[in-house]
Amino acid sequence: MNVQAWTFVLVGLSFALYIGVALWSRAGSTKDFYVAGAGVSPLANGMATAADWMSAASFISMAGLISFRGYAGSVYLMGWTGGYVLLALLLAPYLRKFGAYTVPDFVGDRYYSQTARVVAVVCAIFVSFTYVAGQMRGVGIVFGRFLEVPVEIGVLIGMGIVFFYAVLGGMKGITYTQVSQYCVLIFAYLVPAIFLSLLMTGHVLPQLGFGGVDRSSGSYLLERLDGLHEQLGFAAYTTGARSTVDVFFITAALMVGTAGLPHVIVRFYTVPRVKDARISVGWALAFIAILYTTAPAVAVFARTNLLTTVADRPYADLPDWFRTWERIGLISFDDRNGDGRIQYVGPAARDAAGQPVENELVIDQDIMVLANPEIAGLPDWVIGLVAAGALAAALSTAAGLLLVVSSAVSHDLLKRGFRRDISERGELVAARVAAGAAVLVAGYLGIDPPGFVAQVVAFAFGLAASSFFPVIITGVFWKRMNREGAIAGMIAGITLTTAYIVYFKFVSPAANVPEHWWFGISPEGIGALGMLVNLAVGVTVALLTPPPPADVQRLVDLIRVPRGAGAAHEISA
Amino acid sequence: MGGEGEKGGGAVAYWRRNVRYVSILLAVWFAVSYGAGILFVDTLNRIRIPGTGFPLGFWFAQQGSIYVFVVLIFVYVWLMNRLDREFGLSEDEPS
Repeated sequence: MNVQAWTFVLVGLSFALYIGVALWSRAGSTKDFYVAGAGVSPLANGMATAADWMSAASFISMAGLISFRGYAGSVYLMGWTGGYVLLALLLAPYLRKFGAYTVPDFVGDRYYSQTARVVAVVCAIFVSFTYVAGQMRGVGIVFGRFLEVPVEIGVLIGMGIVFFYAVLGGMKGITYTQVSQYCVLIFAYLVPAIFLSLLMTGHVLPQLGFGGVDRSSGSYLLERLDGLHEQLGFAAYTTGARSTVDVFFITAALMVGTAGLPHVIVRFYTVPRVKDARISVGWALAFIAILYTTAPAVAVFARTNLLTTVADRPYADLPDWFRTWERIGLISFDDRNGDGRIQYVGPAARDAAGQPVENELVIDQDIMVLANPEIAGLPDWVIGLVAAGALAAALSTAAGLLLVVSSAVSHDLLKRGFRRDISERGELVAARVAAGAAVLVAGYLGIDPPGFVAQVVAFAFGLAASSFFPVIITGVFWKRMNREGAIAGMIAGITLTTAYIVYFKFVSPAANVPEHWWFGISPEGIGALGMLVNLAVGVTVALLTPPPPADVQRLVDLIRVPRGAGAAHEISA
Repeated sequence: MGGEGEKGGGAVAYWRRNVRYVSILLAVWFAVSYGAGILFVDTLNRIRIPGTGFPLGFWFAQQGSIYVFVVLIFVYVWLMNRLDREFGLSEDEPS
């Protein structure tokens, strides 16, 4: 069997598995639909959260980003895992005790305000759509490359599958499908990583392997890679080229954004008790850490293999994988000096005479994980497995996000907003219609995407960081925080973040260089500043306006102790 | 809150202990990621972890901080479950 046949078989088998699981666990009530009947075990919830969380960006793009940025890529590793500590210590137990269905529910009730609820709903929908567009593009790339179908058809197939289990199964269907998707994606990620680690360093664990001795040169792998980088004029792999301030702020924005993402927060409503919410976050991070500690190893293996395979090689001698990716436009080679060899060099490269050397090769960083098994010459079935894993990652995240969008519409806008008399049955129908509509919009965004996977996702993080996080934290930890403060804070934070990102990414991309950034903070890191502004504005406004009513202060006292967390329920009538 | 008598006082003490645990754990969280992984990374990179090719700062940024994060959450769960029992607020006991 060749690569394509293996891919069809493995992707087909995994899809059959998801559909089977979805049928077995359909939703019968709104409670099943929104929070899986609040009866999921912490271990299963942790695994589902991990799959929900690890998107196409984690699976496909992250190791590639680290591979191209070296040390500076650490922001994604620390940022996307450190946020779980904030989630566990500051958010999850209290939100579970509060026991609503959605994040806007908490914001609306804690701040006794429809305006605050609507602002939160708009933020949740916006964050979810930016994020889901990235997933659909990931699905498109995988289909385009491995099944050789056009990206549009790939996105349509992905939409069909997600529609099937998100719309029918709701949170219950999604949770159990995500458990199976986690198993598929982690297996698919680890197999090639272990193969490479054994081949290159003789260590079984990739986490140890990339600190080990390289078999072909006899020196430490990282030293060899730093040496290759220096030789080709790139910044050293283990130190990188970004400013400390920027690394600091990007890490903070990603951490806080993680803790503020509505599709992650809502998962902790699905367990029976506060105690289970706490341990669920621990399991989720443990499952995530398996992939996140492997990714930097994959990055080092891939980078070393790439440099030794392509740099300064004659173009005519290159292997098949190079041409396949070149054909779909994700690798491009332009022989500027006409010597027929590939000059793949960094900005500091000089030739023997001390003259600057021009780089001739552009590689899309999104392809590194997908191309890695081919570059290293691993067996065909491994390549098919990676494709199935990437799809699992993209689909599980897309489904979780679509559920947030649908519950934001049917629950927050209709039931708690404009159509309070809606029946349980009517609400479930509305939720399914909203999920269906959301799938269509997401599919359109996937076919005609607004940017690259990781870039779009970074945008969603900035927005989550600068909107939800501060109001939820102060909602629990500071009783004095009131309606006026929360609304003013959210609007200030999100306006600043959006304006900064839109200015540098869309209005004037040419100005997107460190000299023009505020305090040297790039648009990726601005969410952290937006969060601080949200907090400062919120606290100031709150102190200038009357304190929240006594029943809201009692509500905060109630949230702070674990006893008496019933099933997820409505707090106010 | 007024009117809750003794039980309210217990809840205040419970909350103080909770905030103290959280502050200590977050200090560790900050130290391993922002401290060792970002602010002091260059200094720590001068040390190499014996027997491996990892510069220490780089290792914290790409491996160590993540391991510590996982441990922190499980320590928090253990501390809080103990605290719940101590104050009789555990969900396992009948109300």
